Amino acid sequence: MIKAVAIGTSYGGMEAIRTLLSKLPDSFHLPVIIVLHIGNNNITSFLTQLNKKTYFTVKEAEDKETIREKTVYFAPPNYHLQVEDDYSFSLSTDKKINYSRPSIDVLFETSAWTFKERLVGILLTGSNYDGARGLLTIKKYGGKTIVENPETAFAQSMPSAATELFEPDYVLDLENIADKLLELSNES
Amino acid sequence: MPSETKNDRIFPVSPEKNDTQNIELDLLLQAVFLKYGYDFRNYSKAHLKRRINQRLNISNLETISELQNKILWDKEFFRLFLKDLSINVTEMFRDPDFYAAFREKVVSVLKTYAHIKVWHAGCATGEEVYSLAIILKEENLLARTQIYATDINKSVLETAKQGIYSKKEMELYERNYKEAGGKGELSNYYTSKYGSVLFDKSLSKNIVFADHNLVTDGVFAEVHLIFCRNVLIYFDKLLQNKVLGLFSDSLAKRGFLCLGTKESLKFTDYENKFQAVDKKMRIYKKLYIPK
Repeated sequence: MIKAVAIGTSYGGMEAIRTLLSKLPDSFHLPVIIVLHIGNNNITSFLTQLNKKTYFTVKEAEDKETIREKTVYFAPPNYHLQVEDDYSFSLSTDKKINYSRPSIDVLFETSAWTFKERLVGILLTGSNYDGARGLLTIKKYGGKTIVENPETAFAQSMPSAATELFEPDYVLDLENIADKLLELSNES
Repeated sequence: MPSETKNDRIFPVSPEKNDTQNIELDLLLQAVFLKYGYDFRNYSKAHLKRRINQRLNISNLETISELQNKILWDKEFFRLFLKDLSINVTEMFRDPDFYAAFREKVVSVLKTYAHIKVWHAGCATGEEVYSLAIILKEENLLARTQIYATDINKSVLETAKQGIYSKKEMELYERNYKEAGGKGELSNYYTSKYGSVLFDKSLSKNIVFADHNLVTDGVFAEVHLIFCRNVLIYFDKLLQNKVLGLFSDSLAKRGFLCLGTKESLKFTDYENKFQAVDKKMRIYKKLYIPK
């Protein structure tokens, strides 16, 4: 049974996340944890917007906060976001990984350690290589992996890096990812 | 381009291996505590695992058990390990908005004190200690301030004491300083030489750099202000509460506590024992509770 969803994206990511989350219905209850590369920019207004347009509570993940259902968490800009054994978050100001802080690899790796096969990892549009190795970790731990189709993604480097590294469970156009996510979340 | 070759050990490859690694991790932390007295048992596990996996990778070791063996028998290797676990990412005037808020909301209160004692806990290489000293100097408070800057790691304290930093960071620091409400030029406070800058000794005259372990050491002074920024995020809930207790005991009546901008008292036992002076910038004041 899937317990959580981890998503990573960079260039073109805001639009992609908006599209994906707006396709998820009220009945979707899994926690969604997102790393969006956005430099040092503030994401507050983007989150407020998403809060209005989706069925979920959308917020920045806070240090030591317990992960809850029906909530979408974003890594705070300039901090790595980690998932701890007790299903809470921790933040870190460690050096950048793949030139990124927050790094998608850090979220994916620590989420896999905790959620193991009960996790779906999704890698969307982006123009660097962060997240591919982390997504492979999710797969190795038995989680499901979805990569946005590099052919149709806004920026293809990030999804391509994943498909070149290993064979993800699903490679899908952005429009079809929400349906697959629903399907996976309904399987037991 | 990522490749599944050399760095593969950064990620334990299976859940079974991960579970075994969790056991090894607990044993290692216990061993380090028994042998060297450093207590990392209540640090964030995700953080520890990431750092330790990096060390395994660099040192070409397969398992944490092998690492433990080296740490127990090789003191020099332990020093290296200690460095791996310490938190050294810092910058001058990090989060300029915080420093601007500090100047606006805390400095005016400090001005009413005849003597000011400050504890900068977890100061790492000292960039933020010098930032604070500069603000206090510009507010004419530095001469009557005593700053205790502490860290668990002696080698970073050595850097802090020297006050020598790389010149290539200065552009960012100059910008931070301006955004933080700096009253002159940051370059007024240092001299450049061979790609390095040396901060003015008048800034560090009243700073005592000392070795202190937040986990195992106790209160060493009563202070009016505690700076502890981006340290608590590396601790688990239990240890956060313990350290906040130590801070609370160290603070004078209505003393100030400044945390990192993504740290808060929200999920701790101390939420009701402090009052927010600036909620967003995580500046708190200890509540006076009459006995």
